[in-house]
Amino acid sequence: MNNASSSSYDEMFAADGSVRPAYCGYSEWFGDQPADLLRRKGTEAEAFFRRTGITFNVYGSEDAEERLIPFDMIPRIITAHQWRRLSRGIEQRVRALNAFLHDLYHRQEIVRSGRLPARLLEKNPAFLPQMVGFTPPGGVYTHIVGIDLVRTGEDEFMVLEDNARTPSGVSYMLENRETMMAMFPELFTRVRVREVSDYPRRLARSLAACLPPAAKGHQPVVAVLTPGIYNSAYFEHAFLADQMGAELVEGSDLRIENGRIAMRTTQGYTPIDVLYRRVDDDYLDPLTFNPGSQLGVSGIMDVYRAGGITIANAPGTGIADDKAIYSFMPEIVEFYTGEKPILPNVPTWRCSEPDALKYVLEHLSELVVKEVHGSGGYGMLIGPTSTKKEIAAFAAKLAARPHNYIAQPTLSLSTVPILGRGGLTPRHVDLRPFVLVSPGGIDITPGGLTRVALKKGSLVVNSSQGGGTKDSWVLDD
Amino acid sequence: MLGRSANGIFWLFRSLERAENTARLVEAGFRMALTRDARDASDEWRSVIVTLGLRAMYEAKFGTDYAGPNVINFILRDRDNPGNVLAMCELARTNARMVRAGITREVWESVNDSWLKMRELLARPVTEMRLGAVLDTIRRQSTQVRGAMEGTMLRNEIYNFARIGSFIERADNTARILDVKYYVLLPSISYVGSSLDNVQWENVLRSLAGERAYRWLNAGRMEARGIAEFLILDSRFPRSLAFCYGKLRSNLAHLAREYGCETEAHAILEEADCDLHTTTIDAIFEQGLHEYIAKFISRNTRLANQIQHDYRFID
Repeated sequence: MNNASSSSYDEMFAADGSVRPAYCGYSEWFGDQPADLLRRKGTEAEAFFRRTGITFNVYGSEDAEERLIPFDMIPRIITAHQWRRLSRGIEQRVRALNAFLHDLYHRQEIVRSGRLPARLLEKNPAFLPQMVGFTPPGGVYTHIVGIDLVRTGEDEFMVLEDNARTPSGVSYMLENRETMMAMFPELFTRVRVREVSDYPRRLARSLAACLPPAAKGHQPVVAVLTPGIYNSAYFEHAFLADQMGAELVEGSDLRIENGRIAMRTTQGYTPIDVLYRRVDDDYLDPLTFNPGSQLGVSGIMDVYRAGGITIANAPGTGIADDKAIYSFMPEIVEFYTGEKPILPNVPTWRCSEPDALKYVLEHLSELVVKEVHGSGGYGMLIGPTSTKKEIAAFAAKLAARPHNYIAQPTLSLSTVPILGRGGLTPRHVDLRPFVLVSPGGIDITPGGLTRVALKKGSLVVNSSQGGGTKDSWVLDD
Repeated sequence: MLGRSANGIFWLFRSLERAENTARLVEAGFRMALTRDARDASDEWRSVIVTLGLRAMYEAKFGTDYAGPNVINFILRDRDNPGNVLAMCELARTNARMVRAGITREVWESVNDSWLKMRELLARPVTEMRLGAVLDTIRRQSTQVRGAMEGTMLRNEIYNFARIGSFIERADNTARILDVKYYVLLPSISYVGSSLDNVQWENVLRSLAGERAYRWLNAGRMEARGIAEFLILDSRFPRSLAFCYGKLRSNLAHLAREYGCETEAHAILEEADCDLHTTTIDAIFEQGLHEYIAKFISRNTRLANQIQHDYRFID
């Protein structure tokens, strides 16, 4: 895989070395900068991140309780034209996801029509029977969605993953931009980049648009539920609460009072209208789900079903981003929108199907194999960079529980240069745009979070696995 | 605001205040030790350890050997002392992280920056050579946090809980220093007018950053009663008990206005504040300085507990 870069599509430079249109303005500016300036700024940026405390916690690494996500200063740039097409595709997909969720928890037309095998729902822990027959306030299931996109060519964007539970990373999108503007203010006068900074305001507005029936006519009370300061994404939880002017609550602050979820304030208990929870379904309600959870509120599901609170995202949305369901997304999009999907999936083999399994086992060294319920880049096999021994060991696991895996070709992901020791050097990237859903419509923040694999040739962009981030620009027309 | 956040901001400012006061105490002790022979120097260091309430813990580790470097490092960074200054900074930062959504970016950054700097400075043992720079940084950092606070925070309940934490802690610290040093302040026939006495008195003032103010007000005359009066009753001096309680009164009054009601904490404050306003230094000395201060410290603790209870800091 180490030479994949050479054959990959680079977003800044064409094969003949010329600069692609998206990067013209930037490249001109870049050429005017003294070489060591950017490197100096890199050190500056790191100090900035440390001071502002933009860190994330890594599970299972003792020495680095709080780490910085490496930030690379070369932006990832998307033209207005490309973005128009992407946002149409994203909107279509998110619309379908919500319709799909509503259908799954109601009549299950898609199963009845034979487009989706019923076995994918049976025994699937992400499907919550508690949600059956219930419609969340405003009819919105996924208030916040992150769609992970990868690119393989000029117009070839594909959806790698849908994040319909509690997608994270939006604070990095915002802080990366702040950092870039603080370090290179004049750059933003030369290149017109679309604004992302009003995301928290839009988020607050879109959450407040989904009030539960019990909410009184006063100003909506929105709270962010965090597992606490030791959670890996705590910085983001605090950041969003701060930016939205919402309370940042923990399970221990909450209890049920008069059929509402109320938080303990200095003046007594105050009911919450909308809870933007950053706690997984499993920990949300010890009475209904994991009884050992200290992170949620006992009885919140009953309050929710009785219309006492809005939970964002709705419990049970995980079924829509399940990797086994993912392979059916093209059918799902078509079923609910009546249109062909604008953004294709990455081709996927479902190992639960005998023919697919046979093919996957025979081609392990070329494929990426993922666990159906896994995330964060853990528990996957990247065939081309694995040893024979690793592949053999993985094959055994796969053969033992084929339904637990899907496989995809090793894509030649696009690259964007990073600033390395020797100057610009290409690295693989992906893109996670953030999408807000409210009864009024779908709102996509221009850009998103670009994650970049910092190791040469590597395709793993996850921050928990040493990936970094870049500021992502959508150019203004 | 959340009760848990009120608790967090209260302790954030208590721990910062404590770190700063501890640094001042060490600084005064260091200065005394420098001007003494070895035995008097270790007496001085012992007195610092006693003031901080660390004697049992310290002697469990070092016995009665009060060598300067041991004492300094024990107070500043020793893990065997859970209340060491680095731990205070860390506690402050943890609380700041917890109430991140309630403080401004500038306050958060200055707290975080303090912690980063202290962690670096205290990563290795502090020599007497480096001590000055370390103590200076601690003071400077707390000034920076206070400045960020003054300059950027909305004057709402959050601000008032922060200030209440600061002044409860400061009053406690001033009272404890007085209590440990009270024998120095008691006029004793054999010492009156001796140079030791003057140096000791000045040291009490120095550990509370009041030596200059006192001299300025008293034209350089050092006198036990005058110093005690200054530290307890002079409401112009920002580390005096009267000053702290004047501030607590206005912070608690703010909460009563914002919430529309007074609580039991207000009654305790009223009692303490009234006492500070009606008493005289002669009456205090008559009653016994130690007794007076012991009573003050216990009422101050009672006030803190009542505030935590009245405003639902914990469930």
